[in-house]
Amino acid sequence: MRPIVRMKRRAVACSAGALVVLVLSACGNVEPWVKPYERQALADPIMSFDRNPVSSAYMHHVFEAREGARGAVGSAGGGCGCN
Amino acid sequence: MADTTMGALNGAYAWARVSAASLRRDRLRRSSMVALWLCAAVALSPLARGAVLPEDRADVLYHRYEGGGVTIHGPSVLVRKKMAEKYAVSANYYMDMVSSASIDVEVSGASRYEEERDQYSLGFDYLRGKTTYSLAYTNSSENDYQAETASFGISQDLFGDLTTITMGFSRGEDIVRKRDTISGRVDPGFREPIDRWSYRVGVSQVLTRTLVMNLGLEVITDEGYLNNPYRSYRYVNPGDERLFALGGEVYPRTRTSNAVALNARYFLPYRAALHGGYRFFTDTWGIGADTFEIGYTHPLGAEWIFEAAYRYYTQSRADFYSDLFERRDEQNFLARDKELSTFKSQTLRIGATYEFARSGWRFVKKGTVNLFYDRIEFDYDDFRDARYSLLPASDPRFRAAGTEPLYGFGANVFQAFVSIWF
Repeated sequence: MRPIVRMKRRAVACSAGALVVLVLSACGNVEPWVKPYERQALADPIMSFDRNPVSSAYMHHVFEAREGARGAVGSAGGGCGCN
Repeated sequence: MADTTMGALNGAYAWARVSAASLRRDRLRRSSMVALWLCAAVALSPLARGAVLPEDRADVLYHRYEGGGVTIHGPSVLVRKKMAEKYAVSANYYMDMVSSASIDVEVSGASRYEEERDQYSLGFDYLRGKTTYSLAYTNSSENDYQAETASFGISQDLFGDLTTITMGFSRGEDIVRKRDTISGRVDPGFREPIDRWSYRVGVSQVLTRTLVMNLGLEVITDEGYLNNPYRSYRYVNPGDERLFALGGEVYPRTRTSNAVALNARYFLPYRAALHGGYRFFTDTWGIGADTFEIGYTHPLGAEWIFEAAYRYYTQSRADFYSDLFERRDEQNFLARDKELSTFKSQTLRIGATYEFARSGWRFVKKGTVNLFYDRIEFDYDDFRDARYSLLPASDPRFRAAGTEPLYGFGANVFQAFVSIWF
């Protein structure tokens, strides 16, 4: 690979990395629009996406064994920060 | 994969009686997918709480599935324990005990068969600041199928913990074997591998004080021997067009699927919750699927929680699926697995949870007893009940191959489990 091409690619990678760092650092300064003391409802167990993991794992198993579709069934998170 | 009801049209030809041993494979490609999923679930489970490790908890569950001539039951035990609020370990043991005489088994002429699948999972989580790193390993074994899966996950809380982003990767390696149809012994000359890769990203977002949403994307790629060595497709019998004959299925050796799911939970003005979700699915085999779910959770007093849910699933068939091919080897790939056909399923769920030892008892902080029941109805649009064309032509119920009634069945799924927090 020619040095000039390599340098260009490096510059693009560095720029992308800097952008990610900037975005993430900006994220840290965002004011939460739901304050910690306003998260009582979100902290209630009935609001959990996966209240009983042993049970939900079994039901995903039941469906996946009998249906063609698969994936994207895990609970990716609650994002509540309640605890 | 000891769990799959879907049967297997085992045996090479319709007139060849297939022994029970040959049918044990009925479920293969899914068993490893289940291992993949469970591994991911173990790896990502702590992410559900953002930058907090899961609570110390133990669950002992008994599950039972009955439907379509198949009974599958067994235990599942899950234990999770954290240390120094930074590390957490989890372990799961799961067993399927299968007794099957599904429609596929009946059509192949075999008799009911029994088998067992054991699965072990281990997970490890490390919390550092607002980031959680997760590792998991799952091993699943049957007498003619082995699956190993390793998984890695990472989650990061952002925006004052209102947003959680997650990423995950799983790698699975399966070994498919085949048992002799007469003796039941494993054929030493048949050993086919499958490699699996799964990539996941997700974001969970608190929108208001009472509404949280979750968006997930998963891409899964398989490569290897993806069909069931015992399963058969059927084609018009050249000797008598009213009858059919069977031939061994042939699947492509690769499959890539994409799934996107959006879920939400809403806390009602009184203490109860509504949840809803939608999943869009597509794959390189031509299957497209939509899944909808809606549910309601209602606590009663301090001890009880009741819930009800409805799930609707619909899918289109794989490109190489046919209920009845015109002739033997009609095309390169041939399948008659009803899970690859066009069908819909509907599920109605009810469940109850009772909380005990609320003020603690010895080392137990609290515990729950849980009962769940799901009724699932499967209705197939292009999978016919081939048992009708196996009847003697003199039988008034006889129907020529390709004109039999469409197949459908209902299943009952029970779960009873006890959970303790310690």
